[in-house]
Amino acid sequence: MARTQSAELDRKKFFADPIMVTTIVVLIAFLTLFILYPLAILLVDSFVTKDGVTVDVFRRIMNMPNFRKAITNTLKVGFLVGIASALIGLLFAYVEEYVQLRTRFLGGLFKMVSMLPVVSPPFVLSLSMIMLFGKAGIITRYLLHIYDNSVYGFWGIAIVQTMTFFPVCYMMLKGLLKNIDPSLEEAARDMGASRFKVFTTVTLPLVLPGLGNAFLVTFIESIADFANPMIIGGSYDTLATTIYLQITGAYDKEGAAAMAVVLLCITLAMFIVQKYYLEAKSTATLSGKASRGRMLITDKSVTRPLTVMCAALSLFVILMYVCVPFGALFRTWGYDFHLTTKWFVQVFKRYKGLKAFRDSFVLSLIASPITALLSMIISYLVVKRRFKAKGFIEAVSMLAMAVPGTVLGIGYIRGFSGGVFHTGFLQQLYGTGAILIIVFIVRSLPTGTRSGISALRQIDKSIEESAYDMGADSFKVFMTVTLPLIKDSFLSGLVTAFVRSITAISAIILLVTPQFLLITVQINEFAEKGAYGIACAFATILIAITYGSVLLMNLFIKYFGTSRKIGVTENES
Amino acid sequence: MAKEKKGVRLEHVSKIYEDPKTKKEFYAVHDTSLSIAPGSFVTLLGPSGCGKTTTLRMIAGFESPDEGEIYLGDEAINALTPNKRDTAMVFQSYALLPHYNIYDNVAYGLKLRKLDRKTIKEKVTGILKLVGLEGMESRMTNQLSGGQQQRVALARALVLEPGVLLFDEPLSNLDAKLRVTMRTEIRRIQQEAGITAIYVTHDQSEAMAISDQIIIMEKGVVAQIGTPQEIYYHPKSEFVADFIGEANFLKGKLTAKDGTRGTVDISGNAVPVEGVDRFALQDDCTLVLRPESARLSESGQLPCKVILSCFMGSYQNYHVMVGDNLVKITDFNPKNKKIYEVGDDAFVAFDADSVHVL
Ligand SMILES: Nc1ncnc2c1ncn2[C@@H]1O[C@H](COP(=O)(O)OP(=O)(O)OP(=O)(O)O)[C@@H](O)[C@H]1O
Ligand SMILES: [Mg+2]
Repeated sequence: MARTQSAELDRKKFFADPIMVTTIVVLIAFLTLFILYPLAILLVDSFVTKDGVTVDVFRRIMNMPNFRKAITNTLKVGFLVGIASALIGLLFAYVEEYVQLRTRFLGGLFKMVSMLPVVSPPFVLSLSMIMLFGKAGIITRYLLHIYDNSVYGFWGIAIVQTMTFFPVCYMMLKGLLKNIDPSLEEAARDMGASRFKVFTTVTLPLVLPGLGNAFLVTFIESIADFANPMIIGGSYDTLATTIYLQITGAYDKEGAAAMAVVLLCITLAMFIVQKYYLEAKSTATLSGKASRGRMLITDKSVTRPLTVMCAALSLFVILMYVCVPFGALFRTWGYDFHLTTKWFVQVFKRYKGLKAFRDSFVLSLIASPITALLSMIISYLVVKRRFKAKGFIEAVSMLAMAVPGTVLGIGYIRGFSGGVFHTGFLQQLYGTGAILIIVFIVRSLPTGTRSGISALRQIDKSIEESAYDMGADSFKVFMTVTLPLIKDSFLSGLVTAFVRSITAISAIILLVTPQFLLITVQINEFAEKGAYGIACAFATILIAITYGSVLLMNLFIKYFGTSRKIGVTENES
Repeated sequence: MAKEKKGVRLEHVSKIYEDPKTKKEFYAVHDTSLSIAPGSFVTLLGPSGCGKTTTLRMIAGFESPDEGEIYLGDEAINALTPNKRDTAMVFQSYALLPHYNIYDNVAYGLKLRKLDRKTIKEKVTGILKLVGLEGMESRMTNQLSGGQQQRVALARALVLEPGVLLFDEPLSNLDAKLRVTMRTEIRRIQQEAGITAIYVTHDQSEAMAISDQIIIMEKGVVAQIGTPQEIYYHPKSEFVADFIGEANFLKGKLTAKDGTRGTVDISGNAVPVEGVDRFALQDDCTLVLRPESARLSESGQLPCKVILSCFMGSYQNYHVMVGDNLVKITDFNPKNKKIYEVGDDAFVAFDADSVHVL
């Protein structure tokens, strides 16, 4: 048996569609050049020296005590943050799904807690941590009268990262718990198991893969996090900060490249486990909708302690965020609590705030529609089309998810500062706004693609086939059928990309040139200098912008989006 | 209405798939040759998984054949993409575009052909009238009943005046009553429009009711092609006989032959039959006897014992044993006849020309 004829015919049909062929070629070129190549150059740089292929560079960095220290530091923090976030996430999810909440208030708090990390730059909690618990911290200094508390270091990073990442675990686990069929637990209850026993013998085993998944996702996030360790790490260096210092401080490009390779290997390994082992397990076992509503727990001895814990944690997180605008309104944090607008004024008068906001805003605004469109195109190709390079496109765009920003940044420096493979080709790109936009795109592409893929999987493939059958070519099908059907996903991808771009820092900080002022970079700079008033003022405005755009999107989707379920309606019988 | 009727020809067409589990390749359709006359209504009929959808999708262009060539009219279309083929498909799930209203759904293909607005409006209105949906132009697809959605899907395909209309089990989502109404409707519209139609179903009564020709498929190969009558009365194999309607199979040997007539020995009983010219004396053969072609009586070809007798209203249902063979008989209009009870001895009687020899 040979399938050569159909392969040949499929190829012919494929090439009969020039727009699609062009799209795919451009896409492959883009992914190769801006995701694969920067990672490849890191490998090349760290293995190939003047004396040919050696492992000298690796031997050298491994002999640096502070690099070895950084590895253990990073893993320690990541491990703790992963466990803590997964557990706190589970607590929140459990309370939301299983416990009768007596007030609406708590529900509101939960929503806010899950929302805040999305709209705020990823490192504002470090600022508030310092302002609450540092030397001049309100809590430490004024409430507890501790004058020499140090928040810098391991615990600072761990707490801040946990507070930042646990809402993600909460959202993931909430979906899982919701899908557990209540009759499983009721059956166990029926047979005389206590509530605690039901939790440990039925619920927990069912969510265990999901818990592992949440743990690893957070672990990866923590390891890749750059800005929090930068601001609150003090002398406690993690891999991301060490790499940053190695290239910006020691100008050791080969060393930094090799370090980046080490960091990449760690995240990649975990990503592979997470993606191919846990993710499949944690969705396959628990798919489908719950058949009936669940009897919520009303027993006070259970609900009280759980809700109190959640409420306290939520209030703490919210307090931390609230700290930021107040940090920008007090004359001198920790000493002079008179309200003032001077920080905001200074932001614009002295520190070119307007330019910073404009640059950040414009670059992100350019990047986000490209990202959204690109991720929808990738999802379409991956879900709806058959062609040879499909696996490549899917793999590379998912790979970007496992690449820490710092690694990407170093890859771009090594990859483009001297042109592609140091030949000077495309060297003009380096230092321009274009490369910043490309970094924004690459950083947000995986999230968008993921949401696009899941949206497209829900659409019956015959809908597009019917359009194709009626005479539309691939481009027409995509524009008139696919895109309108995943409009919601597209719009939210647009805003997510915008928010992610405008709050991004890890890769961007390595690539930005003085010609561009970016808000996040400014915040980082002032925070490091200890100018918290200015940093907070910048951060407050940034949060306002991102929150505003999320609100705007929700309004937009409400009025122009398709709220009804697509793909199910046309087949109701 | 159709600009030009086109026939469809498949020449030695095969499609190979890979089993996703075992990674083994297998023929979903194997060496299929058929020729469908312009303007005729042809049904692809067969059990689940026999390759009907695959055949249809190859004609539509969604799948490429691994062997052979497909012709639409005189044109070889193997390398054409679906949007370039003069075919229009009605999907099982209807596949209406959910973000368009009915008018826009029907007008979609016309707009792609860059017709002017006035012509589009005329055509759409005309076709909606034909399928009985006038006045519903601005409804969204999720505001329609299953039958109405079905009509939109049909209208959308018809309005393009395709050379060939393809249906993949278009009625399987409807309830039994509506299925009967809609199939008559489809047949009427097809005849009015004079379009060649290929219709996939696994409902044999549907196939019987509307087809000019039925193509029976079994495990990827064509088992028989013929009119409903040919298929029913002259099945070429036990599979076909069994698949279409009910059939009793009686194994025997040809003991005498005179032209087309002959005598077959069934468990020691000489049974006169017709249509044995293909056989030689002493050949093994199988008689196909339809339950409604046989009756129970006091004399007849085969002695038997009644093991089940059941009154069904319009007919009496018998199971009888002829030697070791179970034979089912439906005796119509039992009121005026003798009713046999379980345990009775009787004879199975039938006319020589109502058995078919395999
Ligand atoms: N994309 C595919 N990959 C692998 N095998 C396939 C694929 N599509 C169909 N098959 C297999 O090919 C065979 C024929 O499938 P086909 O859909 O043509 O059956 P069918 O006659 O339409 O059945 P049904 O009446 O159930 O719709 C089946 O065994 C099916 O499992
Ligand atoms: Mg089928």
